Amino acid sequence: MNMTADSTVATKPLVEVHDLSKTFDVSAPWLNRVVERKPRQFVHAVDGVSFAIERGKTLALVGESGCGKSTVARLLVGLYAPTRGRVSFDGVDTGATFKSADAQTLRRRMQMIFQDPYASLNPRWKVADIVGEPLREHGLVAGSGGLSSKVREDALKARVSELLQSVGMAGADVEKFPHQFSGGQRQRISIARALATQPEFLVCDEPTSALDVSVQAQVLNIMKDLQRKQGLTYLFISHNLAVVRHVSDQVGVMYLGRLVELADKLALFATPRHPYTRMLLDAIPDIHMSGRSRTPVQGEVPNPLNPPSGCSFHPRCPHANERCKQERPALQRLKGVLIACHGVEEGRI
Amino acid sequence: MPSPLLEVKNLRVEFPTRRGTLVALDDISFDIAPGEILGVVGESGAGKSLTGSAIIGLLDPPGRVASGEIRFDGRRIDNLPYEDMRKVRGRQIGAIFQDPLTSLNPLYTIGRQLVETIQTHLPVNAAEARKRAIRLLEETGIPAAAARIDQYPHQFSGGMRQRVVIALALAAEPKLIVADEPTTALDVSIQAQIISLLKRLCKDHGAAVMLVTHDMGVIAETCDRVAVMYAGRIAEIGPVHDVIHSPAHPYTAGLMGSIPAMDDDRERLLQIDGAMPRLTAIPKGCAFNPRCPRAFERCRVERPELIAAGRTRAACWLHADTVKAAA
Repeated sequence: MNMTADSTVATKPLVEVHDLSKTFDVSAPWLNRVVERKPRQFVHAVDGVSFAIERGKTLALVGESGCGKSTVARLLVGLYAPTRGRVSFDGVDTGATFKSADAQTLRRRMQMIFQDPYASLNPRWKVADIVGEPLREHGLVAGSGGLSSKVREDALKARVSELLQSVGMAGADVEKFPHQFSGGQRQRISIARALATQPEFLVCDEPTSALDVSVQAQVLNIMKDLQRKQGLTYLFISHNLAVVRHVSDQVGVMYLGRLVELADKLALFATPRHPYTRMLLDAIPDIHMSGRSRTPVQGEVPNPLNPPSGCSFHPRCPHANERCKQERPALQRLKGVLIACHGVEEGRI
Repeated sequence: MPSPLLEVKNLRVEFPTRRGTLVALDDISFDIAPGEILGVVGESGAGKSLTGSAIIGLLDPPGRVASGEIRFDGRRIDNLPYEDMRKVRGRQIGAIFQDPLTSLNPLYTIGRQLVETIQTHLPVNAAEARKRAIRLLEETGIPAAAARIDQYPHQFSGGMRQRVVIALALAAEPKLIVADEPTTALDVSIQAQIISLLKRLCKDHGAAVMLVTHDMGVIAETCDRVAVMYAGRIAEIGPVHDVIHSPAHPYTAGLMGSIPAMDDDRERLLQIDGAMPRLTAIPKGCAFNPRCPRAFERCRVERPELIAAGRTRAACWLHADTVKAAA
């Protein structure tokens, strides 16, 4: 399937995701099922998601809590195994590779940055160990076998301070513990750790959501600088549309485990097609008070255990009709964007 | 101009610790007119929530009001005995907190919690209180309120719980509501609903609001005036429009520049280097001076008071000249 803009067909995307699905078994324990006759229950956290990311570009996934965006992130880096579907990285199927002897090489090439910098750094380790661990683990310290351990340790230290400096921190910070840093500095340590293996692809799961705005600006600027200098490819997950607009090239909007719209950033923000995308855009507080008219947002995200029939957005959609209640729309190319909506297909919206 | 509903004058909150006294809030002065919505914005640790706690008399010990005063409707409330303050809280000043799940008792139905609140503060019988409770739930947009009133908090979604909390805060018809990050725990689509609900209900009930948040967008949409806090002090206070469009304090300007907006196409965001100082190490002079791009000699030695700057007031020596010129 050709997901890319026509002008860039020549280059093959770095990451391709096809029909990716993840189902979690949330059934009651066996005894309760037998005694209380409870059925087995499954949550379709991610359901048939497909997209591709070009080398050096950023794809952002947005959506509200429980829409499956973090599950996609974890599937991509191999923290979860997909129930169905396929992820290929630089032409290699990752599902098979993660089980093979080449897993280590693949892991070196993709890294993840987590949301909470207070939980993702070991509080008992010094920064030197935190950032140095991937270097040790992957044997990335300069030189091999013949060198004495002293030389290797020195090389490791030098590399760690170099990494810290690349994210705007002092090389001397290696001797400190995570609690001695502020939230923004910790997130920079996480980024330095992720960069240690010189990855090509970074999965960033809400990297700035736990940070204050002035600190968020520092982290976003660093991420953009690094992308420009090192040609990194990002999957950027966020619920903040203004941040997404700032960092991304392409944006995918998720709702209850499915992609409902995937478009180039400018197209998506200038002319949002899917009613859910429009609703999300309308919900953003207008900081410049331009007096933009807003449509009131209706309802809440339904329980993913029991998603609505047909298009899962239909109970909240002002344009829903009989067909939307019965038939689930497929993601298809309409008016230059990928969209899953009967209304847009029929020209009603 | 009507006399203010809430007056805070030179409020100073201290936390005595073994290693010395921490000054968490220093020289905070502002007031709120009846029916007005005042936003209090700032980054984590700036003291915005603490200001709210001080007003509703819920400072965590060992924190205490060291000096200054808080007046509500002309009456001093910062030194009231605990029991008297309990009567003010809820009846006169309602409170809404960030996490709706921890604000509700999980063991009681929401009806029981509402009826109890109403009967504690208003002289009505149980049947009348229940009728009021249902009406409040309807007003906050909870569908089938008459049936849902007998459900427990866990049977409500996050957005619905926050509606219940708003109903609770409004139950005794208070004149002021202190809302501490009421939408931070909610999804974006729910946030907009809750903010417009809060705004509409407070207008209908004639309640003034002190809205504490870190989200400048929420402030822009909701408030009449805004106070920007930094390191335990007010950096700038004024009408929302002026503070956002022509900020007088370099910190406000930096804060506004660091927020990515829907209509800007800058490649890089403006960044304020460094981080807010810890309470143990607040710099001499203006607390913002080490991060300030426009700091000069005076900023490093002398601490600025709020100085009139255009239509806002800012604690910044850059505006000292305008005072002299006017005098």
